[in-house]
Amino acid sequence: MKLSRRKFLKVTSGVVGGGVAAELGLLGVNTAAAAAKAGKVPIKTGRQVPSICPYCAVGCGQIVTVSDAGEIVDIQGNPDSPISQGTLCPKGAATFQLVKNEQRWTTVKYRAPGSDRWEEKPLDWAMHRIAELTKKTRDAHFNEFQELPDGKDGTVKKRVMNTYALASLGGATMDNEWNYLHQKLMHGLGVVYLENQARI
Amino acid sequence: MGSNMAECHPVAFRWPLKARTEHDAVLMHVDPRFTRTSAACDLHVPIRAGSDIAFLGAIINHVINSKRWNEDPFFREYVVNYTNAATLVNPEYKDTEELGGVFSGLAPNGKSYANASWSYQRNPAPPKGKAGLGPFSDLLLQQVPGRPKTDPTLEDPQCVFQIIKKHFARYTPDLVGRVCGCTPEQFLKVADTMLNNSGRDKTSNITYAVGWTQHTVGVQIIRAAAMLQALLGNIGRPGGGVLALRGHATIQGSTDIATLYHSLPAYLNMPDGRKNHETLKDFILTEGGPAATSYWGNYPKFAVSYFKAQYGAAATAENDYGYNYHPRITGDHSHMPMMLDMAAGKIKGFFVMGQNPAVGGQNARLQRKALAKLDWMVVRDYFETETAAFWRNSPEVISGELKPAEIKTEVFFLPAAAVAEMEGSFTNTQRLLQQHDKAADPPGDARSDSWFTYRLGKLLKEMYRDSPLDIDWGVKNLAWDYDPEAKEVAPWRIKDEPSAYRVLKEINGYTVADQKPLPTFANLKEDGSTACGAWIYTGVIPEEGKNNAARRKPDDWISPNWGFAWPANRHIMYNRASADREGKPWSEAKKLIYWDPAADSGTKDPAGNPVKGKWVAPSGEGIDFQPTKAPGFIGKDAALGFDWLSGNDAFIMRPDGKASLFVPAGLVDGPLPTHYEPYESPVKNPVYQQQVNPVAKVWQVNGNSYHAVADPKFPIVVSTYRVTEHHLSGTMSRWLPWLAELMPELFCEISPELAAEKGIKNAEYVTIQTARGEIQARALVTRRMKPFTIDGRKVHEIGIPWHWGWQGNAAGDVANDLSAMVGDPNVSIHEGKVFTCDIRAGRKGGRI
Repeated sequence: MKLSRRKFLKVTSGVVGGGVAAELGLLGVNTAAAAAKAGKVPIKTGRQVPSICPYCAVGCGQIVTVSDAGEIVDIQGNPDSPISQGTLCPKGAATFQLVKNEQRWTTVKYRAPGSDRWEEKPLDWAMHRIAELTKKTRDAHFNEFQELPDGKDGTVKKRVMNTYALASLGGATMDNEWNYLHQKLMHGLGVVYLENQARI
Repeated sequence: MGSNMAECHPVAFRWPLKARTEHDAVLMHVDPRFTRTSAACDLHVPIRAGSDIAFLGAIINHVINSKRWNEDPFFREYVVNYTNAATLVNPEYKDTEELGGVFSGLAPNGKSYANASWSYQRNPAPPKGKAGLGPFSDLLLQQVPGRPKTDPTLEDPQCVFQIIKKHFARYTPDLVGRVCGCTPEQFLKVADTMLNNSGRDKTSNITYAVGWTQHTVGVQIIRAAAMLQALLGNIGRPGGGVLALRGHATIQGSTDIATLYHSLPAYLNMPDGRKNHETLKDFILTEGGPAATSYWGNYPKFAVSYFKAQYGAAATAENDYGYNYHPRITGDHSHMPMMLDMAAGKIKGFFVMGQNPAVGGQNARLQRKALAKLDWMVVRDYFETETAAFWRNSPEVISGELKPAEIKTEVFFLPAAAVAEMEGSFTNTQRLLQQHDKAADPPGDARSDSWFTYRLGKLLKEMYRDSPLDIDWGVKNLAWDYDPEAKEVAPWRIKDEPSAYRVLKEINGYTVADQKPLPTFANLKEDGSTACGAWIYTGVIPEEGKNNAARRKPDDWISPNWGFAWPANRHIMYNRASADREGKPWSEAKKLIYWDPAADSGTKDPAGNPVKGKWVAPSGEGIDFQPTKAPGFIGKDAALGFDWLSGNDAFIMRPDGKASLFVPAGLVDGPLPTHYEPYESPVKNPVYQQQVNPVAKVWQVNGNSYHAVADPKFPIVVSTYRVTEHHLSGTMSRWLPWLAELMPELFCEISPELAAEKGIKNAEYVTIQTARGEIQARALVTRRMKPFTIDGRKVHEIGIPWHWGWQGNAAGDVANDLSAMVGDPNVSIHEGKVFTCDIRAGRKGGRI
């Protein structure tokens, strides 16, 4: 995406506003001029939906503004939040661009083995293919029992009910509800390589 | 310490700044670099990366030998009642002082510890009668040991307090100077400020982030801080504690409801083929037994309810609630060994969702090359991340080391919905669950993460529906019904989203018979009549249709009606310790919960008379204690859980009810923090003969070479870290034009002294090299970095942020190409905060 400096400045001024001003206030910077300017920045109107910042774990409150046409038109700090009191950091204040971004991919992309390019594919096709691969890989590499150390320099046959051929990585940026569903499905399938960002 | 809060958690940093401006709080920053945090603090003390235990151990030594600590009765009362300072340790125990820097129990090969000698001395086990508590609890009760022996005078040479005193005696201000590289005066200023701002009327807090976790001694650094805070009476009290600043929106939630190999939801351990976990009974006795005299005495209820949630009606008492069909782990399956096993061709299929190991993984080059060994990979994200594109344009493809035609990995990219485009909850770094509502449908074929996993599960369950095989029982019988009600999806184009409410209700737990949500985890049963995904979250859906994570009524302090803090809306854990032994607040200024002897407890004695007395919290804070247990109550010896714990046992999740200054069991690298050098270090350990954590996780494999101690080829210490404008591996920031423009390019912070030695000029390119890889970055020559003098030797340190990769609007080399896979032995977290390297002027390949 090409973005001219003019466009960058235009969009930035609309978002930073109150949040940064409030933060600088605590650092002893006189923010009166900035606050006065922020007051003149047109605020997008629409239905206000309470949300939470997707970046770090502080959990700042956000308000997502939705137009009558159902489009997200703005994301700002939520002044009610006792954690953030309306402020956001540079990342949180940029959340709108995470949602509305020309580079965001909105279709399924597929790369065949050995290929040098992406192909576009239907979502339903991809889901069926992924389910088939998951089953095929699991069934070919499932361990009901395994010889494990018995603690006395020997081994003993133990029930393990797992597969080492499937792995899953990620989860700290996704909902609690997803984490629950995903661990449940992975444990249902016997997956033990199950990890997320808490390890980094 | 271990955090650059102003940069990485800026909105949270408003609160210490407010405490400073409005309440004269003193802010101190102890960190290798002078950062934005240092700039806003009263004091910055630079210490060499990886020397934190030496610094903290010396504060402990200073505090317990100080006049104030020994003369103010507050400290003695807190420590004797609420910590295990008085507990007597096994006479077989040998300290690092006696064994050259290791503890008793180290195996002959030096790679693991047996912890029998670290145990408590105990009274004989009490006789147990027939209890009738439940099938598993009755067996658990039989394992309850005798109470630990104590010496409340703290004089016995085998008591924890005396052991600590000896252990840290060599951690003096002078030693801090030699090991950490700050002056003894700087150290004393920090130690005295902590001491003088702790006590009856004041509390001090320690806040950290991954600057403490990413070490081969990470767990022990945090332990050292927790010990100091317990000794200073700063745990369970407002303004106290050891606070972790975590880096992802629900990294706490994804640890609580673990998508982590070693843990079931709510901190139950994963069944393990190496342990005595043959049956559900074995599992419960092995895992629940050691902590049965704490609230973990309810392990049977937590475990059975988890399996009921997992397998629904198919889980019965007769089939051990499906336990036999649940997978077992057999080793360390965490991130780093996972990628090494992938590189070895063991792993065939890989789901990568919202994570970017091609940039964020340690020894990222090795991790990228591992992806080429897969049969297939599914990536779910917003943008074409480096992980998704590894086969197309990674540095290995550009260099010709990997050829797309030879990479057999079948790759799927599935577009993900943004947070604003789905309903769900996050758990923040304070254990607070907050709901986010759905504002709009995601565009095109983008779907929520839950949609993906739910749909995949449905397809797989259909495929396994008619399987008669034992090995398929677990997936075939997985309880998997989260279809939404029509009204939940009525406003939206996408009609087959799973119901976030129904998922959260299962996490919360419900009664099987009538499907009603459970208001508290005290309602859980071990007979299969309750199902509960994660007992610590019980209470988030206290009744049908009510979601406490969506409460949005703030106030000016605890805000108990904003979201839901697990467990049971308790914001400050172990808050029984905010009152003294008799249950009175330590002071008016630090009042939180206290015993009100006149309040109606709501219970009646055997004669039918109302019983007076209960714990109260005017702020609305949840009480982290049995609500009607009097401060003077003496726990029963032959009992589980709350019945065993006495009225002053504030630390209800610990098997002795006390904060563990000394850890008899649970850590694999020793009962006390000890200074070891980072795995790669330019100096010999100035404190002990033992150089590094003897049981650190090490992977000696091709492509993961380590540097020797004081390796002349790699003499410089390097830390990796973050900047405020980017988020972790950059997938949520480098594609955003605003953020990319604010912080467009990789840089390396270098002291003027090192720049002069190496002929490096500000803003020109430098090349940084390790045995793992080589990257180039712009030099940022700054006085914020300074060389340290360690044990008489000059040690240079540089810093590199790790947000960049080759994709996105702001591209740059991958800092993690430099780091090695080496980890903390307790938790397998890497040592990205400190390793060694070399640096030279100019770009890679010799260009300027």
